[in-house]
Order: sequence, then C-alpha cells, then structure tokens
Amino acid sequence: MSKQQPAQFTNPETPGYVGFANLPNQVHRKSVKKGFEFTLMVVGESGLGKSTLINSLFLTDLYPERIIPGAADKIERTVQIEASTVEIEERGVKLRLTVVDTPGYGDAINCRDCFKTIIAYIDEQFERYLHDESGLNRRHIIDNRVHCCFYFISPFGHGLKPLDVEFMKAIHNKVNIVPVIAKADTLSLKERERLKKRILDEIEEHGIKIYHLPDAESDEDEDFKEQTRLLKASIPFCVVGSNQLIEAKGKKVRGRLYPWGVVEVENPEHNDFLKLRTMLITHMQDLQEVTQDLHYENFRSERLKRGGRKIEDEEVNKDQILLEKEAELRRMQEMIARMQAQMQMQMQSGEGDSSAVHGHHV
Amino acid sequence: MFKGPVENKNEAAMSELVPEPRQKPVVPMKPMGINASLLGYIGIDTIIEQMRKKTMKTGFDFNIMVVGQSGLGKSTLVNTLFKSQVSRKSSGWNREEKIPKTVEIKAIGHVIEEGGVKMKLTVIDTPGFGDQINNENCWEPIEKYINEQYEKFLKEEVNIARKKRIPDTRVHCCLYFISPTGHSLRPLDLEFMKHLSKVVNIIPVIAKADTMTLEEKTEFKQRVRKELEVNGIEFYPQKEFDEDLEDKTENDKIRESMPFAVVGSDKEYQVNGKRVLGRKTPWGIIEVENLSHCEFALLRDFVIRTHLQDLKEVTHNIHYETYRAKRLNDNGGLPPMTVETEENHESNL
Repeated sequence: MSKQQPAQFTNPETPGYVGFANLPNQVHRKSVKKGFEFTLMVVGESGLGKSTLINSLFLTDLYPERIIPGAADKIERTVQIEASTVEIEERGVKLRLTVVDTPGYGDAINCRDCFKTIIAYIDEQFERYLHDESGLNRRHIIDNRVHCCFYFISPFGHGLKPLDVEFMKAIHNKVNIVPVIAKADTLSLKERERLKKRILDEIEEHGIKIYHLPDAESDEDEDFKEQTRLLKASIPFCVVGSNQLIEAKGKKVRGRLYPWGVVEVENPEHNDFLKLRTMLITHMQDLQEVTQDLHYENFRSERLKRGGRKIEDEEVNKDQILLEKEAELRRMQEMIARMQAQMQMQMQSGEGDSSAVHGHHV
Repeated sequence: MFKGPVENKNEAAMSELVPEPRQKPVVPMKPMGINASLLGYIGIDTIIEQMRKKTMKTGFDFNIMVVGQSGLGKSTLVNTLFKSQVSRKSSGWNREEKIPKTVEIKAIGHVIEEGGVKMKLTVIDTPGFGDQINNENCWEPIEKYINEQYEKFLKEEVNIARKKRIPDTRVHCCLYFISPTGHSLRPLDLEFMKHLSKVVNIIPVIAKADTMTLEEKTEFKQRVRKELEVNGIEFYPQKEFDEDLEDKTENDKIRESMPFAVVGSDKEYQVNGKRVLGRKTPWGIIEVENLSHCEFALLRDFVIRTHLQDLKEVTHNIHYETYRAKRLNDNGGLPPMTVETEENHESNL
C-alpha cells in the first residue's frame, strides 16, 4: 500500500504559504489517538470455515472455549447473535474490532425465519445510533453499526443457494455485503473460476447489491491502481484459513497439511487470503463511510418518514387489523350458516303442510 | 477379503477373544440330519460352478440411489465407482441448470459388462433434496418412490401368471452424502436417515473429503458415528442382520471405518509414471484410489467387490418382506388384487 507521503512541514517563511497543508497530519494524529472502531458481521452455514478465517485474518483466537453442538441440538436452536470485541494495537494504532457471529444460520430444516434475528440486530444498531445522534449529549457516541458483512458461500455447491439469494436481497440495503468462499482448498483453479463467475452472474441476475470497491483515484500511483484492479477482479474471494504453522520448503508457514501437499494460507497462488486481508484493511475507512452515507442515511430517512412509529408497532397494528378482519369474516360465515339451516328447516316443514313457504332470501 | 487401515489392530484384539477362525467346511454350517462321511467324490460342489454359469447368462440388476445436497459430487462419485459415465451428468444434464423447486426422482439405466457378466445398473438421482429454504419433509418423495418399487414387485409376485424373472426395480442401496463441515451432522441428515434406514440400506459417505486433513477426518467420522448411534440410526451393514460370527467380525471392521471419506474424479493424471484418477491442485495431485489420500477404494470394494450380493439379499429378505408383511396385514392377510382389476393402483402408504 503506497500512498504519497504527507508533505513535510515546510518553512513558514516561504512566501504565499499559509500552512493548512498540515491539516491531514493533525487529523491523522487525532485519529490515531482516538483509535478506530469497526464492526464485522459474519454470516454463513455452520462448518464453512467462518471462525477459522476470522482467527486467521486477525491473528488471534476469538473463540477460545467453543463447543460445537451436535445435529440433535441444532434442531431446536434458533439463530443467535454473538458479538465479541477485541482490541488490536499495531504500531500505536488502536483498533476496536467487534465480530458479530450468527450461529444457527442455515442449520434448521426450515430456514424461513433464519434472517429475522439478523435483520433485527442490524436495525437495532441503526436505531441506537439514530437515538444517540438525536440526543442532547453527542460527545461519546459509540458506533456499533455493522460496517461490513462477510457472507460465506459454500464451496461445495454449484453457485448460490436459494437461501443465499433471499438473505442477501434482504440485507443488501442495510449493510455492505462482501461474499466470501472459504475452504477453497476443495476446489481446483478451474473450478474456482467457474464458481466465481457463476456466483457473479447469479448476483447480477437477482439484482443483489454487494459492496463495490471504489476505483482508485486518478492521482494514485500505478501500483495502487493495479492492486485495486486485481482486487476488484477477484471478488468473490476464495480463501483458506488456518493458524497452524506447517513446515514447507524449509520455512514455517501458516497452512493446512494434507497427504498430497501443503496449502499455504499466505500464498497468492493457493488462495485469495492476502487479497481479502488487503481489501479489508485498505478499505476499512471506505466501508465505514458507505455505511454512514448510504445505509444509515437510508435507514434514517425511512424511520423519520414513518414519523417515530417503531417497526414493531406497525406490525402489531397490521396483525391486529388482520385478526379483527378474520373475526368479522367468521361471524359473517356463521350468520350465513344459520340462515341456510333455517331455510332448510322451513323447506322441510313447508313440504309437510302445503301452506306458503317463507323463503328467506339471503 | 476386505482390507481396512485398522485391520492389524482389530485382528490382534480379536484373536485374544476368539479362537482361530475355523476353516469353512464343505457342508453348510446349518445343522443337517446325518453328517454322513463321504466315501468318495460325488461332485456336489460343482453346483457353485453351475450357479455361476447361470448368473453370467442371465445377468443381474442393481439399483443404487444417491441422496444429498447439490454440489456434493454425487454424480462424479457414481461415475468413478462404476468406471463409466452412468450418472445424470452424462445424460444431458447441464450443471448450469437451476435447482428444482421440489425433490425430483430421476432414474437412469445402463448395462455394463465385465468378464462376461452383465449388470443392468440403474442410478437413481434425487435433485432438489436439501436445497430449498424450507426442507421440511423433503424425504417424502424419496420414501414414496422406494415404497412404490416394493409395491410393483409385490404385485408381480402375487400375480397368478407370474413372469419367470420379475424385473427388480427395488432400491438395493442408498448412498447418503454428508457435507464435510468437520463439525457434525446437520439436522436434515438425521431426519432423513431416521426415516429411511428402516426402509432401505443406507450407506453414509462423507463427500469431497479432500477438504479435511487426516486429524479432522478421524475426528469428524467419530463424531458422526456417535451421533448416528445416539439417535438409533442403523446404517448398512446393520448389526441385527449379521448371520454368524464370521459376518460379524468382518462387518464390525467395516462399521468401525464408516462413514467412508471419499473423493471422486473422472479425470486422469500422470503420477510417478502411472495414469491415475485424481484431482489436480496447485499444491499436489489427490489420487482417488490411493488409500492414504481418501477412502474411495474401501467404498468401492465394499459396495461392489464384497457386499453387492448381500445388499440385494438384505433388500429382498428384510426390507421387502417388512413391506410385504405390512401390506398383507393392512389387507386382512389377503394379497392385494390382481393386475387386471387394479391397473392404476397407487401405493398409498
């Protein structure tokens, strides 16, 4: 990552020099002191390599005491939201990273209600931020909004599953979606290309809006432009995660040891792990900006349009109206049935005695 | 004979508990009236040769069903098992096709021949299984299909004028593909096997096993076996049908190493001067028939080379009989009506 070095603090005696070129330096110093906050949500069926990938990306163990439930337990479970926060510091720069995990997603036999919990969580974070922003004391607003969602696609399928499509369509207006294919060591290079293309085609076909890397500015240097171009061309990223050190070609690398060879996590010829990491790091700022400028603003305008009524109220209203209508329908049906029964009785007694039949015409 | 990686350990353990396995006697082990000592060679044992000749002439049917989510390598594996293009993949199916909205049953038949023996192989595929958002009861079309084949056979059997050789469309073996998550079975896997293990021989396999390292594989298999046991699911070879000690010993070994973690491929590559079936990756070539890479060879030997006939027998003698008994019971002990009067009878179990 090579950005131009900020201009040195030049001699104030130089004619025509005001000094505000030093502003970026000041901003930079302040940000470093304040630290950065970033919330990453991870969604995908269990067993797709999510936890391993997160641990590999941030070189840490976010799930030290993890118990993997058996299938019988999974039958009863609903989707949970588990957020773990970790503070990472590198060269004086502090990052407060929150990883939001969604265990139970895609596990049930009937996944129709899978994403309600997740969408509710995202909306709740927006709601909270909106509330804080509109409050009196706005000094310490904590930003817990979800800045990025890694959506894990199974490498075993032929493309997107119906669940993938439905979920992404439900959240693409609320959060930046970055599709990821983990456990990519199960695919040969040709299969990878085919799968990536198939997924991109299906994403376009269904009108799903995934996060697009911004093009490099025209004043960036060639290397950066080339790197951005490569990154854009590799979406969705096919990655392999691991924190185990394996001996390969004389040095220790992070990888997976198979009887037929070693898959190296940080080898660009083996998988796109480095690309994913680069993208996340260099575009963390942009992801936050898009969340603020696009998704949050969308949410805010929707909310304010509804005039302060919360979503739950609206739904309750709808439910109530439905119930009332159903009750009324039932009442009408009962009335009709009663009238028909009466008519029947009249007809029968009418045949007995031949006096005029009182017909009730409904 | 079946060869497994844990063979030596088990044999050593077994020999402590059990005396040397007896030589298979010339007369059958079932008790006979008088065990007459033969005064000379009669030639009774040539019946084996006579049966062999007959089988070769008539050939035999084998119907194998594959069940699992789309993309788990079912078609490729079946092609690899029978070393020919026998699956849906080769008969006009395009992998770009959409996932069907409901489970479909597609049966494709081929006749393959080896060493003068003809086999009419039918591969029954079940696209759409487990792929929807709501997969409730997605095993019902499969159960219905299996029972329909039993019904067809039953109708032929009770016919007054029976065919000499009733065409056998019953499912002899169902390969169930487990996704290699490395965690545990999925709720759908449990439900399917619970419902169908009483109706058909289920052989669970772990698909695309090249995604797991050796330790992950062993751990996963253990966990899956335990889950199946805890939930009372008996896969083939079922413990209750072991006929004698010899069977039990052999089958115990097999059950210990199931489910087999397999890799399928229909492409050949050059490795150490030989052409082998495999998958090529930037970090090495995975050889399908190499036991240190995956257990495909074990699955093939098990299904085809040692237990093919047994699969058919268990289907006929146990699963089919269970179905037949239930049907006769429902009918008050009478066989179902003949073909002429019930042309469009649907099995409505």
